[in-house]
Amino acid sequence: MLEALDLQFTILLLSNGVMIGLMYSLIALGFVLVYKATDAVNFAQGEFVMIAGFVAVGALTVAGIPLWLSILAALVAMVGFGFALERVMLRKLIGRPIIAVVMATIGLAAILRGLGPFGIFQGTRPLPLPLRDEPFILGPLFIPPIQLLGGIVSLVFLAGFGYFFLKSRKGVAMRAVADNQQVAMAMGIDVERYFGLAWAMTGVVSALGGVLWGNMLGVDVNLALVGFKVFPVVILGGLDSIPGAIIGGLIVGLVENLAAGYIDPYVGGGTKDFAPYVLMILALMIRPYGIFGKRIIERV
Amino acid sequence: MISKRFVVVAVALALALGPLASAVLAQGPSIFIPLLVYRTGPYAPSGIPNANGFQDYFNLLNERDGGINGVKIAVEECETQYDTKQGVECYERLKSKAVLINPYSTGITYQLIPKAPGDKVVVHSMGYGMTASADGRYFPWVFNFPMTYWSQASSFVKYVGAQEGGLEKLKGKKIVHIFHNSPYGKEANPTLETLAKAHGFELTLLAVDHPGQEQKATWLQVRRINPDWIYLSGWGVMNGVAVKEAAGIGYKMDRLVGNWWSGSESDVIPAGDGAKGYKSMTFHAPGAGFKVHQDVIKHVYDKGKGAAKKEALGEVYHNRGMINAMLNAEAIRTAMAKYNLKTAPTGEQVRWGFENLDLTEAQLDKLGMKGMIRPLKVSCENHEGNGLAAVQQWDGKQWKVVSDWIEPMRNVVRPKLEEAAVQEGGEKLKYAKRDCSKEK
Repeated sequence: MLEALDLQFTILLLSNGVMIGLMYSLIALGFVLVYKATDAVNFAQGEFVMIAGFVAVGALTVAGIPLWLSILAALVAMVGFGFALERVMLRKLIGRPIIAVVMATIGLAAILRGLGPFGIFQGTRPLPLPLRDEPFILGPLFIPPIQLLGGIVSLVFLAGFGYFFLKSRKGVAMRAVADNQQVAMAMGIDVERYFGLAWAMTGVVSALGGVLWGNMLGVDVNLALVGFKVFPVVILGGLDSIPGAIIGGLIVGLVENLAAGYIDPYVGGGTKDFAPYVLMILALMIRPYGIFGKRIIERV
Repeated sequence: MISKRFVVVAVALALALGPLASAVLAQGPSIFIPLLVYRTGPYAPSGIPNANGFQDYFNLLNERDGGINGVKIAVEECETQYDTKQGVECYERLKSKAVLINPYSTGITYQLIPKAPGDKVVVHSMGYGMTASADGRYFPWVFNFPMTYWSQASSFVKYVGAQEGGLEKLKGKKIVHIFHNSPYGKEANPTLETLAKAHGFELTLLAVDHPGQEQKATWLQVRRINPDWIYLSGWGVMNGVAVKEAAGIGYKMDRLVGNWWSGSESDVIPAGDGAKGYKSMTFHAPGAGFKVHQDVIKHVYDKGKGAAKKEALGEVYHNRGMINAMLNAEAIRTAMAKYNLKTAPTGEQVRWGFENLDLTEAQLDKLGMKGMIRPLKVSCENHEGNGLAAVQQWDGKQWKVVSDWIEPMRNVVRPKLEEAAVQEGGEKLKYAKRDCSKEK
């Protein structure tokens, strides 16, 4: 009986690792999109998710707009935010050392976190989706509906953006811009336009992340903390790789859950959150470009 | 046209003289109380209502009564973001004018405890901080009334015992403590372990690492253990996620009991209907149905001086901020009465006021807070006072008290607390033990 329970416990840990890992992948995708297209490192990814959550919940609970319109409002707002950010702040940093973009996004993250709790967003607000609370029970599996939805949304968008970069004309142009801005410009590609597009795409992913994670955690400034999960995911998978974001997310999700289930109880906790970072450091030592990343990458 | 040079000089002067101006405003006959707040950062959803509660109560005293015994209260906020280093910097910047400080973080409290005697600043960590500092013989400058974490944990066990039909019925029951993996979260562990041995219940300790957004594995453990009761010592986002996870695995919500830092509106609202039935410990009543709230509306909000939105009055942390401010004010009032003061008291005098605080039912009634918190008496030996706990429950819309006031197991807690005071105060900080009989 105990063995059966333990087997089920392991299966549950693994399934939870997969589902939550896919949700990490979605957030990491925003980071990868920007890096892949612009070579810029966005340290404000978590704050983008937070802002998207604020917009969605603001539209839903303050303005009283229906849920689907609120989600649409978040998508539109985040696309606009991405475009505006590129236009106002990041375009001025084109050609500057990578550290300038890094510091700018770190500063932006601090500003957004600081501004977050003002006004109507002082407390935590729920972002209800038409999903039941009870999990789906499939044999030994125990899957909360929000995680199932999150996993499906993540896979759809990861596949969609993967196709976009591989097959579409715009996607190829974006890759060309990321590879070498000067050459892309010489080939007649409007580099600035594609930079704007990349940030807008990150806005879309952030909006989806904001809605899904906002439903799970409630919307307040803490929503930005999901951004911390991005770094081990993208370092493991590869900074510029969409399949890498999926694999990195799954690895982080699985490692976290196994550590929490089998190591934490014996050491009093603490391993779950640093275990992915141990992997991240090992990855940097052994395969610094990640599992699917380009071999030549600039690090900060 | 204003020249660029003029603008530069004006801005430079404003930056240079601004702090001086506020310092001047804070001087004079007023009582200066610095507020360490966290209106920004990850814990802002808890910090903002707390800070607003302080502001509203001190504003009420100034507007309605002209301060405490006619001496105005001057308040200055300093933002800590709940960060220990920033909190200590705030203290260092403001201590020269301060007679007391509310650190509003266990981490900051630990840092300020060794500084307080030298600076003559009273540290009041209301329901948080170092439990051992409740022994006033070793920690004359630190107060944690109305209760400590240990007393709270013992009240929880007493409540569970009552629900099960008596403490003797706890034998063989399974209780899980899910705690924030920090000194704060671990505070209740020794008490729970002692009581587990004494009453024969099986205790499992499950740590959740900061910030606690992803707790699925912890709750899978809970599902495996299938405990009779869960005690939650969370903070910030961890609480809301824990409540939601408990609902997600179908755990009986009325058997999940948070400590009093896990029982605010922001801890239950994200979980929606799933949070219905969740309980938490408290040492004061929630809601805006007390006379003090009417006074705050009349004298503060109707004059446009409210710190929060009027609808926020009665929220758990807003009430807690008001109660904390009231306890500060009444200790100062006690000192002013003793020393017959018409001006701001010194740190030494305020310390005496804290140590001799005797908040009676009649005084609470006069303050408009009868029923909001129990009467309280502090002494030289006992700096946590004789506070009582209660259990509140979320009904989907608001918190309601669902228990009688619970007397902590002082016979269990006090000896442990005195042992800890010897270690923390006597051995680590090299404090001499006071003889309280000589200080009456």
